[in-house]
Amino acid sequence: MWGFLKRPLVVTADINLSLVALTGMGLLSRLWRLTYPRAVVFDEVYYGQYISFYMKRIFFLDDSGPPFGHMVLALGGYLGGFDGNFLWNRIGAEYSSNVPVWSLRLLPALAGALSVPMAYQIVLELHFSHCAAMGAALLMLIENALITQSRLMLLESVLIFFNLLAVLSYLKFFNCQKHSPFSLSWWFWLTLTGVACSCAVGIKYMGVFTYVLMLAVAAVHAWHLIGDQTLSNVCVFCHLLARAVALLVIPVVLYLLFFYIHLILLFRSGPHDQIMSSAFQASLEGGLARITQGQPLEVAFGSQVTLRNVFGKPVPCWLHSHQETYPMIYENGRGSSHQQQVTCYPFKDVNNWWIVKDPGRHQLVVSSPPRPVRHGDMVQLVHGMTTRSLNTHDVAAPLSPHSQEVSCYIDYNISMPAQNLWRLEIVNRGSDTDVWKTILSEVRFVHVNTSAVLKLSGAHLPDWGYRQLEIVGEKLSRGYHESMVWNVEEHRYGASQEQRERERELHSPAQVDVSRNLSFMARFLELQWRMLALRSDDSEHKYSSSPLEWVTLDTNIAYWLHPRTSAQIHLLGNIVIWISGSLALAVYSLLSSWYLLRRRRNVHDLPQDAWLRWVLAGVLCAGGWAVNYLPFFLMEKTLFLYHYLPALTFQILLLPVVLQHISDHLCRSQLQRSVFSALVVAWYSSACHVSNTLRPLTYGDKSLSPHELKALRWKDSWDILIRKH
Amino acid sequence: MPPATGGGLAESELRPRRGRCGPQAARAARRDVAAEAAARSPKRPTRGSRRFEAAGRWALLALVTLLSFATRFHRLAEPPHICWREVQRTEESSPKDFSSFCLFFSPQMLIGLAGYLSGYDGTFLFQKPGDKYEHHSYMGMRGFCAFLGSWLVPFAYLTVLDLSKSLSAALLTAALLTFDTGCLTLSQYILLDPILMFFIMAAMLSMVKYNSCANRPFSAPWWFWLSLTGVSLAGALGVKFVGLFIILQVGLNTIADLWYLFGDLSLSLVTVGKHLTARILCLIVLPLALYTATFAVHFMVLSKSGPGDGFFSSAFQARLSGNNLHNASIPEHLAYGSVITVKNLRMAIGYLHSHRHLYPEGIGARQQQVTTYLHKDYNNLWIIKKHNTNSDPLDPSFPVEFVRHGDIIRLEHKETSRNLHSHYHEAPLTRKHYQVTGYGINGTGDSNDFWRIEVVNRKFGNRIKVLRSRIRLIHLVTGCVLGSSGKVLPKWGWEQLEVTCTPYLKETLNSIWNVEDHINPKLPNISLNVLQPSFPEILLESHMVMIRGNSGLKPKDNEFTSKPWHWPINYQGLRFSGINDTDFRVYLLGNPVVWWLNLLSIALYLLSGSIIAIAIQRGAQLPAEVAGLSQVLLRGGGQVLLGWTLHYFPFFLMGRVLYFHHYFPAMLFSSMLTGILWDTLLRLCAWGLASWPLARGIHVVGILSLLLGTAYSFYLFHPLAYGMVGPLAQDPRSPMAGLRWLDSWDF
Repeated sequence: MWGFLKRPLVVTADINLSLVALTGMGLLSRLWRLTYPRAVVFDEVYYGQYISFYMKRIFFLDDSGPPFGHMVLALGGYLGGFDGNFLWNRIGAEYSSNVPVWSLRLLPALAGALSVPMAYQIVLELHFSHCAAMGAALLMLIENALITQSRLMLLESVLIFFNLLAVLSYLKFFNCQKHSPFSLSWWFWLTLTGVACSCAVGIKYMGVFTYVLMLAVAAVHAWHLIGDQTLSNVCVFCHLLARAVALLVIPVVLYLLFFYIHLILLFRSGPHDQIMSSAFQASLEGGLARITQGQPLEVAFGSQVTLRNVFGKPVPCWLHSHQETYPMIYENGRGSSHQQQVTCYPFKDVNNWWIVKDPGRHQLVVSSPPRPVRHGDMVQLVHGMTTRSLNTHDVAAPLSPHSQEVSCYIDYNISMPAQNLWRLEIVNRGSDTDVWKTILSEVRFVHVNTSAVLKLSGAHLPDWGYRQLEIVGEKLSRGYHESMVWNVEEHRYGASQEQRERERELHSPAQVDVSRNLSFMARFLELQWRMLALRSDDSEHKYSSSPLEWVTLDTNIAYWLHPRTSAQIHLLGNIVIWISGSLALAVYSLLSSWYLLRRRRNVHDLPQDAWLRWVLAGVLCAGGWAVNYLPFFLMEKTLFLYHYLPALTFQILLLPVVLQHISDHLCRSQLQRSVFSALVVAWYSSACHVSNTLRPLTYGDKSLSPHELKALRWKDSWDILIRKH
Repeated sequence: MPPATGGGLAESELRPRRGRCGPQAARAARRDVAAEAAARSPKRPTRGSRRFEAAGRWALLALVTLLSFATRFHRLAEPPHICWREVQRTEESSPKDFSSFCLFFSPQMLIGLAGYLSGYDGTFLFQKPGDKYEHHSYMGMRGFCAFLGSWLVPFAYLTVLDLSKSLSAALLTAALLTFDTGCLTLSQYILLDPILMFFIMAAMLSMVKYNSCANRPFSAPWWFWLSLTGVSLAGALGVKFVGLFIILQVGLNTIADLWYLFGDLSLSLVTVGKHLTARILCLIVLPLALYTATFAVHFMVLSKSGPGDGFFSSAFQARLSGNNLHNASIPEHLAYGSVITVKNLRMAIGYLHSHRHLYPEGIGARQQQVTTYLHKDYNNLWIIKKHNTNSDPLDPSFPVEFVRHGDIIRLEHKETSRNLHSHYHEAPLTRKHYQVTGYGINGTGDSNDFWRIEVVNRKFGNRIKVLRSRIRLIHLVTGCVLGSSGKVLPKWGWEQLEVTCTPYLKETLNSIWNVEDHINPKLPNISLNVLQPSFPEILLESHMVMIRGNSGLKPKDNEFTSKPWHWPINYQGLRFSGINDTDFRVYLLGNPVVWWLNLLSIALYLLSGSIIAIAIQRGAQLPAEVAGLSQVLLRGGGQVLLGWTLHYFPFFLMGRVLYFHHYFPAMLFSSMLTGILWDTLLRLCAWGLASWPLARGIHVVGILSLLLGTAYSFYLFHPLAYGMVGPLAQDPRSPMAGLRWLDSWDF
């Protein structure tokens, strides 16, 4: 028990100096003069506003990715004590003194710097030589595009970091698997794989591609494990269970956790509220919650309500009516009923108030006790300000001639009787006797005479309708569609009999008290769904590019230009590395297919272990490139060069693998091998030279003369900014 | 169409290497067809019983086919008016317009041919769904589609029989398809789907057949089925682009096949090479040749100009008789003073156009609109002038001066005498581009009217050649390029397309133009015939137009489109005809019993398939019988599941408008899977309970109850397909009252 006292206490430390040196160089290249330029560079303008929202705890919705990425950036702001007060409106704007530029840019830069030693580790774990591993890390080190991207407040370098971390930890885990399954390090690396994958997904949806690759590799390895008949059934089951927990359950839980923190952090209402449902908005502090707090929950006959369309496209809006009538004859010659217009109006207005009336009685106030409205009840909707009731009839709607016109009925004393009875259907009801609830219930109004359904058509009315949105009665109600569903947003029990009094009442804000809360899952699901469904209009951008241009680096992005001199920052890769990476990929696929065909005919060119190594390296590196690149061909959104960077890192990992393979297996004699090594050294020096030449465009620290800039424009398609004086 | 290779089964047992219908599978299957008592005994059935058995198989096939035809042709003539998409189809195949150009081809030719033979005169103007056919003979066309649609059932029957070697599985599949109201409805109208599905199933059947001939390579049946696969593929691709999926499936199957042969060291490389060549010949060369041949016929038949001309490029139009470019003779090279029309090279953009209307208030400068317009019009005419003089170049005293690459020119609109003009105002729709307007009075404007003309393909020298030169117009002051964004302007722009000047100098077809009409009295006219594009070019272009046309399909007013996830759960049908309770209503909806059974089967298949696969991978020793059944499940079922996957999941990636009927090819595969799965599962059950005296009955009872269940559900739901009159299903008086199981069904 006291044995440890008998022996001397010894600490042996193995320090891989090359790893330390690589980390040091990585940090130096990424952190050098990090605060320069002290101005908003390119997409910082986009991420910055979200950081400000985080600092001010204001809710926002961003469809570009899950919240973890924004949170990582915001963490930098938090550490630097950023108060969020900066107007992110224009690229090139000078940062004010309250913006901690260094700490904002620190985390992406660290992630970029650590990718360098990680590349070394990955190649080593793939069982390639120390030399090849050094090569991979050195290539990462001098890749200009990676440097530029990591030195700014952008997310790609963080994404690449987690991608590499996932690959590295899976390899470590896989190598543990052979000699010590279920050991501590085995568990550690397995869990880390899952964590890194979910972090990658959390930063950008693009991370899913690497996650899928890791899952596929793990599935193939698990399949081999199942086939291993030396293991007992229980053992195999434990292996599978551990993998399922680490690679499926942990990522899901973490992903939920990101949203949980996101929603905890952002509790104030903000500019994106309108997109969310009323219930969601009510859960935020300020905004709608201020209005709805204290509203009665159950809608009763006599209630005064505003009705919001659940679909909310093209804009969220409320059922509205006003004094004006439909024009007698439309532009295209069709006639209308000339009754009072009913529209959908995207702003809060006193004309959005409607009174739920019992068709059997005449009063417009809530009786005591209130009689709640239930599913299937017949109601009339009376417009609060004009006391006309919602009506539809067999007249074509102004813009959607297949549907019925909806109006507020004016009795012109002609043979067109009022048809103002609506049957209430609660869509999300629990049972048929459900009560109509404020905010929570989603309801449809089905016209009793024609069984048309009250619907937002989405079309904008012309000038006579003040460009408000058209409301129609949809005769062919095929199934459920959100544009036919409404919910009560503001609500109060009407108390005044007199029209004047009621008008005053409508103008005043509602008050009483009931609190309601959405569960986290409900909020998460809604937020996630809105993020995926949100389609930002894909506009053409000056620097957008197509995936085909990326492989050969036919395009660049100008990130920043000094306001006075011609110092500038570009996202521009090291063209030697890009071209040779693509070449390496081609060589790899040719060699692989050659080997595969020969093996099929039972000719084994490579020893078994070399072959397995070659295949695993290819699946991870070439596969990583493919999954991170090819899906872009199917995407319809605006694409930029920086979307290629994750794929590029995998290509860089493949390069030394292929080079070493050529040297080991294809060079027959020692002489050939020496010549090849010399060639590789020459090639690497040229890459260094290119990197050094492009350095002014990477760091933007040196103002070049127009002549020098022109000399750097190696491809006609590169857009390098030259000031005209 | 011979039935399953009943005799071939016994031989397949001798085959050592092919597993697809390997010995176990064959054994398992023979057990079913042979006298049940002889199941485990080694003795073979006698000659007489085999002949009897073969006759039985033929009879069963005949029965299945007959039933299929009977259901498809029953009440084919109703309703006597146009249903849903029949509008589009009949329009394009009516003999009157037979030779006018349209965007779709061979299926229309087939339908058109059927209509022609049955006396349809093409005088009926197809306008909108619900129009009566009256005395027009439409039965020929409907009958043709129903005829092809009827073959689906026997094809599926034979495919499943070959994959599973089990009559009961095949019968179950046939029943599912015969009694599916959706398939039935789709086959009864003049639509492309029955034709497409016919070819898909034919390709699948012949592929399966040729797989089972693999033990006798290069024999006559082997060649027959291989080339038949190729022919069917050509047909499938010719009908719709959905045919690509079956090509993919056959391709994957062939690659796996070749990979297998390549690894067989007993075969020499020469033999493998022969195999490869045979497949290239039959599966690539033959279909391509047929496909191109149909196109050639199509172009020969449809050689007259029609309303769709504007979609095609100038050179293409030149070969349509009736088009003004056909056999026209116009001056070859552009000179100053020429009156021209300028066409965008991108398909379906049209001609550079201007008219006497200004951009409305608030949208750029209030100057004259410049748009692109798809139809031919006097407002498409522009005069090409020198930038610095306004003198009339047509004055005979001036020598002819040709326009050259790099010249600075001015384009004057002929009708309004305004110059093509651009300036630093944002374009109406594409905000990052500059606005293009018509400016100036009688040709006098400012320096913003100057454009540099550039020829992109300079193989014709520096002059600008009519029709063939691709030109770009670069605005001199701002350096932007004239282009069309392809976006439709609002009402103020008469819904023509937006023209902008893009500051991004990327080379896209949107900013490249060619000169189409050219009038210049001072130049000699040359015949345009020499300019006609070659056949491959025509082929390519018509495909581009079709692809663009397909992706540009917008949902019609008031038409609900559906999402791919709706389909397998039969969420929503498609209204073919009739709305109100007095109308004759036809509603395309799958038989819910069949569809939900299919859905359940897919889940069950994945479950049982993975259990068996894991058991095999763990090295479990399966009894011979179970091993045979699992082979059927994994291989036969796997093929069909692949088919379902390939015909279903790509739709999730498609941006175009999708309808319910797109799922039906996948549904065919799904039904085949159901047949194979239930038959195998019931057999496994029966085997597992072999000690129990009634075990044998389980299989028979199970299959029978499934057959009767589908038949009964068809009896319930048949009004959907054959049409119904009377109150809607919401109404308790309706005969369909209890059958509206989902709220989203609308009949």
